[in-house]
Amino acid sequence: MKTLKIEELSKNFGSTEVLRKINLEIDEGNFLVLLGPSGCGKSTLLNIIAGLETINEGNVYIDDYNVSKVEPKDRNIAMVFQSYALYPSMNVRENMIFGLKQAKVSKEKIEEQLQKVSKFLQVDALLERKPSQLSGGQRQRVAIGRALVREPRIFLFDEPLSNLDAKLRVEMRREIKKLHQQLKTTVVYVTHDQTEAMSLGTNIAIMNHGVIQQNDTPENIYNKPSNTFVADFIGSPSMNLIKGNLKQNSNQISFVANGSNFEIPINGYDFKEKSNLENKEVFFGIRPEHIFSKKSNDGDFEINLRADLSEYIGHEQIMTFDYENQEVLAKFPSTIKIELSKNTKLYFDLTQISLFDAKTEERI
Amino acid sequence: MQGSLKSSSYKQLEQRSKYTNIFLRWFLYFVLILFASYFIFPLYVMIVTSLKTMEEIRQGTLLTWPSTLNFDSWLVAWGGRGYGAGDTFLKPYFWNSIKMVVPAVFFSTFIGAMAGYVLTKWRFKGDKWIFLFLLFGCFIPYQAILLPMARTLGVLGISNSVIGLVLVHTVYGIPFTTLFFRNFYVSIPSELVKAARIDGAGFFKIFFKILLPISTPIIVVTVIWQFTQIWNDFLFGSTFSFGEAAPIQVALNNMVLSSTSVKEYNVDMASAIIAGIPTLIVYVLAGKYFIRGLTSGAVKG
Repeated sequence: MKTLKIEELSKNFGSTEVLRKINLEIDEGNFLVLLGPSGCGKSTLLNIIAGLETINEGNVYIDDYNVSKVEPKDRNIAMVFQSYALYPSMNVRENMIFGLKQAKVSKEKIEEQLQKVSKFLQVDALLERKPSQLSGGQRQRVAIGRALVREPRIFLFDEPLSNLDAKLRVEMRREIKKLHQQLKTTVVYVTHDQTEAMSLGTNIAIMNHGVIQQNDTPENIYNKPSNTFVADFIGSPSMNLIKGNLKQNSNQISFVANGSNFEIPINGYDFKEKSNLENKEVFFGIRPEHIFSKKSNDGDFEINLRADLSEYIGHEQIMTFDYENQEVLAKFPSTIKIELSKNTKLYFDLTQISLFDAKTEERI
Repeated sequence: MQGSLKSSSYKQLEQRSKYTNIFLRWFLYFVLILFASYFIFPLYVMIVTSLKTMEEIRQGTLLTWPSTLNFDSWLVAWGGRGYGAGDTFLKPYFWNSIKMVVPAVFFSTFIGAMAGYVLTKWRFKGDKWIFLFLLFGCFIPYQAILLPMARTLGVLGISNSVIGLVLVHTVYGIPFTTLFFRNFYVSIPSELVKAARIDGAGFFKIFFKILLPISTPIIVVTVIWQFTQIWNDFLFGSTFSFGEAAPIQVALNNMVLSSTSVKEYNVDMASAIIAGIPTLIVYVLAGKYFIRGLTSGAVKG
């Protein structure tokens, strides 16, 4: 039984297609993050799961029960919003029990739930306050509390941390993580922040233009991006994508960057399909953190590149190198000194590379 | 050397800017007082004239303070002289106006709030057109709807009645009240409505429990606006009612213009003030919210 299943879901607003043939499944207790740039349809998808938005095609199942046409209140879900959406005229207590009162839950049960949740979230001292008298973090807690008292099957979070300042955001992120570890409720979480997605999710679905680009564990998303969009979207700075061709003689496969004769051997790469590789146009993807200034593994590949630019950011520095007129970024500890405008020896960790077809932009 | 020279010239500049500031400040007060007295002057004349006797008025001393405070003219304006035919006084018409203005303000505000709620939080196909037509309603001149409205009231059988006037003012007020509430609700995050829907609240519950309690500023703005419009209206009142069903502004006109004998300026002035007092009270009581409401969302959008 899947806690949430989305099947061939499409949605358009007038002539604009917002979601196209979305398929998603979540197992009980998992934390799914919908990640993507603004306008990719992730919030619309969340609203559809909540029942706040209608569907054009496809179905949504919660616990194998088709809820596509079920009212939001009957879907056994709870949602936390970016603006918290606390009812301004009610105090914290009334805010938290509003849903239970609507559902005609008995007074004793309501009081019990309220006590339990408010203690758990440490808002029990704030019950008589109005939302306007709370700080950002407290409001966030109350909003989560309002969702918790309903004991839903699925929690929906719509960018809940983006209104908080940087420091508080990191704190609340940890609290949400702890919360999930303790309660083990299924979560669907929308964000555009990759750090949030990586640290919270057990699964990440990366979306762009209404299509899911990759739905996988954070490790796979980072190490084995399924296309250039994912490769480029995850990581800061993002993965270097060097344009070039593959070369195959006998048992040797190597990569040659455009405008260069230099061959980078990639025998160890785990190709999905080993045929038709000769002369294939590809992107050679390597993350800045997998380029080193000293040889650290035997497999590291030595290459000479000219240093063009250095950006100092405290604990590390980001260097820009020139590789036959293509930019290659590398991340080093800030203690290393590298002279600009000179050729420098670099070491590529070839076990960490990704290769993409230059035409389809898919991983090969 | 050079340092001290500099500091002395700074001192001079400081002095000069101080004098300029003092001068500008006094000039500002002068201009403000001038304008304020220009506006308050007619009211002053009305009040002192209403407190004078006719003999005193005939002396032609328009601006002087009355020798004795004489409230007779106020009593006459409100309750009449006590003889039968031809005696027009404001009391019954004042109540007519109250009976007209209270329900008309209530219904137009309520319907406007509902309409604004639907137009912003329950968007539907064609809602933009409906809003456009309502907006268009704000610009239809009063005179243009007189004949069709008279016919409508006739068909409904409520011409020359307070109920008829309530209907006219409610209908004519809806475009304005809807505009006010729409612009206010546009600035309220829709996530509030989404949260309430997930919590299981329906259309009316969301309106009454979530949105209405935070609408005080815009309700005050709308009530003041509608009250002033309806209380001060003369055209609809004089067209759609006569005789005993007339509102106070029509009665005031009849009193002042149709007296056959000597013009009693003191009674006229007292009547005019009585007719204006309710709007004044509304402004004084709610003026603070009016400004706040206007700046906090009514204009935004």
